[in-house]
Amino acid sequence: MNPVLVMGPILLLFVVLGFVTMAILFERKVIGWIQMRPGPNRVGPWGILQTVADVLKLLIKEDIIPSKADKPLFKLAPAIAFIPAFAVLAVIPFTESLQFSQFAVGILYYLAVSSITIIGILMGGWASNNKYALLGAMRSAAQMISYEIPLVMSVVGIILSVGSLNLVEIVEAQKQVWFIFPQFLGFAVFFIASLSELNRTPFDLPEAESELVAGYHVEYTGFRFAFFMLSEYVYVFAMASLTTVLFLGGWNAPFGLTMIPGIVWFVLKFLLIVFSLFWIRATMPRVRVDQLMEFAWKVLLPVALFNILLTAVLQEVPYLDFLYRL
Amino acid sequence: MKSEDEKKEAPRAKARPSKRPVTKKEEVPLEPSPKQPVLDQYVTLIKGAVGEQAVSESHINREAGHLPTIVIRKEDWLATARYLKRSDELSFDYLQSLAGVDYASYFEVVYVLLSMSTLQKVMIKVKAEREEASVPSVSDVWAAANWNEREIFDLFGIEFTDHPHLKRILLPDNWVGYPLRKDYEPLDKEV
Amino acid sequence: MLRTEEMLLNVGPQHPSTHGVLRLVVKIDGERIVEVEPVIGYLHRGTEKLAEDLNYTQIIPYTDRMDYLSAMTNNYALVHAVEKMMGLEIPERADYLRVIVMELNRIASHLVWMGTYLLDIGAMSPFLYAFRDREQILSLFNELCGARLTYNYMRVGGVKWDAPPGWIEKADAFVDYLLPQMDEYHGLITGNEIFVRRTKGIGIVSQELAIQYALSGANLRVSGSDWDLRKKEPYSLYDRFQFDVPVGKNGDLYDKYLCRMQEIVESLKIVKQAIDQFPEKGTIMGKVPRVLRVPEGEIYTGIESPRGELGCHIVSKGKDKPWRLKFRRPSFYNLQILPTLLVGESISNLVAILGGIDIVLGEVDC
Repeated sequence: MNPVLVMGPILLLFVVLGFVTMAILFERKVIGWIQMRPGPNRVGPWGILQTVADVLKLLIKEDIIPSKADKPLFKLAPAIAFIPAFAVLAVIPFTESLQFSQFAVGILYYLAVSSITIIGILMGGWASNNKYALLGAMRSAAQMISYEIPLVMSVVGIILSVGSLNLVEIVEAQKQVWFIFPQFLGFAVFFIASLSELNRTPFDLPEAESELVAGYHVEYTGFRFAFFMLSEYVYVFAMASLTTVLFLGGWNAPFGLTMIPGIVWFVLKFLLIVFSLFWIRATMPRVRVDQLMEFAWKVLLPVALFNILLTAVLQEVPYLDFLYRL
Repeated sequence: MKSEDEKKEAPRAKARPSKRPVTKKEEVPLEPSPKQPVLDQYVTLIKGAVGEQAVSESHINREAGHLPTIVIRKEDWLATARYLKRSDELSFDYLQSLAGVDYASYFEVVYVLLSMSTLQKVMIKVKAEREEASVPSVSDVWAAANWNEREIFDLFGIEFTDHPHLKRILLPDNWVGYPLRKDYEPLDKEV
Repeated sequence: MLRTEEMLLNVGPQHPSTHGVLRLVVKIDGERIVEVEPVIGYLHRGTEKLAEDLNYTQIIPYTDRMDYLSAMTNNYALVHAVEKMMGLEIPERADYLRVIVMELNRIASHLVWMGTYLLDIGAMSPFLYAFRDREQILSLFNELCGARLTYNYMRVGGVKWDAPPGWIEKADAFVDYLLPQMDEYHGLITGNEIFVRRTKGIGIVSQELAIQYALSGANLRVSGSDWDLRKKEPYSLYDRFQFDVPVGKNGDLYDKYLCRMQEIVESLKIVKQAIDQFPEKGTIMGKVPRVLRVPEGEIYTGIESPRGELGCHIVSKGKDKPWRLKFRRPSFYNLQILPTLLVGESISNLVAILGGIDIVLGEVDC
């Protein structure tokens, strides 16, 4: 067996775990700055070990399962929520050489596998035998299924332009122009829908702590809770990577600055997306559940459909077709 | 300490009623309250609408900014309340305050009513005897009375007849006794 | 149509958005609320019973703990009632100090409301901005009376502490700081589409309903009534100041927000005027007997606390302790309407409507 194939994913797992620790710290720092406070700064220099301490605390905590919970489901749910989050990373091309599998249907794989997480969340909410958890899980299921549709639809414009579902080919098609410009509508829809898929503010209803206390993971403690948190942040990693790949040109350098390696560009673009997620979280209130549904079906979906139509029409327009037929 | 206080209090309490009317008689004729005509009007209106027997006492409360004060017989209270709220001349639509008072020999439920249109205020008192105290509920006249009556029931043990949901509100349901009564014996005297 | 079973949901007493130890037993059908029963009393300390064994000065610290977000107005409610019964003259300087601290406390209280309300709706940052500004008020109070929350500042006949040198200037600087700062809040919140959509047209209280439930404060004023005791029954020095009473049009949550934000501005105006008129010299305690014996009688006085009409009903038998002391707590009255407002709403609106009432459980339970 190829040692790279074996070691690669393990290495990636550590990279992702490292990212998650840093992302949580970064999120707390960013929100701290926005709210004019220093953020965590006690553990290690600049609070750099704060998340490590937090994770350590979660890992050594007593493992509590409510006595009335559905025990097998309760134990299974965090794993089911986490595995797809990690599995989707397989298709993300980080640079020309740093990629794990060249799927012909990369996008489809990502979108299909990521929706398995909903089952984990639903299971966790149901198995907890807690009303808040159940409400959170139901909201979560409704929300994620609803927002998956505009999410998929917003990508169709890119697929039409590139003529491929392969993520590597999509990146290579962005050598001249990133898709954020010709597909701006698609990007807007994609970004909003991805916020919702990630359960992040302003769409953090499933775990709305001021309404549902903590939503689906209210009964979870210790490492099981850590798994839910982990899958959430791995999804942040995955979704930010996907946005980079689809709309920001992946590893392609802007302004012909090719002397800087592609991975640096990828990381920079990726961090920009991650930062905007945190930024939005610190600024926005939460939408209401019915408004959330309304927004998905009445605003995002029509806009995404219009984007497909626009792309198809513009492919036939002379002088503009170079943007839409790659 | 406490028993001493009580001993002292007992003769004084007797002495007071005889003293007070004397001072009042001296003052009242000297400077009639500007609110006296208002009070008289209220009393006549209530007597006309509900009956002569409804008003058992009335006076002006000078300390409280010449507040007309009317004592209503408890049997006529519900009818009077409805009249006070609905009549066009009075229209006391706002229940400003509702308090229970234990006067050791009887209870009093004190309503401060306000009219949002005329900005007039009136204090209504309804007396209840200490044994099996009960006063008609006015929670369907002023919705605000609902919880207040529950509170008075909770702390004084005054029954509000026809209250939709009369149960303890501040104290636990299994609490014994009514703390704001003057003869209440706390479970733990040290507290 | 799918028939679903109703579910009993227990909200509180330990829930992030019940603002203390309020418990709501909610019957829901899906996410629709069918029935609500508030359960209160978790913070009942028997203030009114305790007061019967305390002399009037000793009761003042107990009032601090009722509405702990606005202890100054609570202090004032008690001392005002006692002073009125005893017919005491208050030195002007003390009266001005009282008005300044009461209005500053109103601002602090409204800032806390604004911050926590946005937190309920899911926005984090306004909470911290609000606390940053409230912190300055607390520092001012700290300097004035040594406490940040339970001030125990007022006494029958005056106030306990005179303003330290430079305090008035600091208060003045704070007013000049906060007025433009309000724009920041409006920029952050008022125009936010999500906030507007979550509050506009939600939890509407008609004027008739508000009066029926004897609501007071902003809860009553949003419905169109301009009932403000500072205007209608001026106490202290309020007849000397120019200020407006903000009134809502629709009676919804958005109006409540705008109303309270405008009240901050009006309070700032009052503080500014009070500072301008502040007497250079003078005593802070009037002539008060060493033992406060309130003449026999009964009084009810109401003042405008940040939450509404805070009344104090005293029955005195001529002793140094009250025979009966009753507080009309605005939160207690305002909370009563909650079940009426909630039926038919969704769970997400529960938090928004409850937060809009602005309750303090220390006051509800007394």
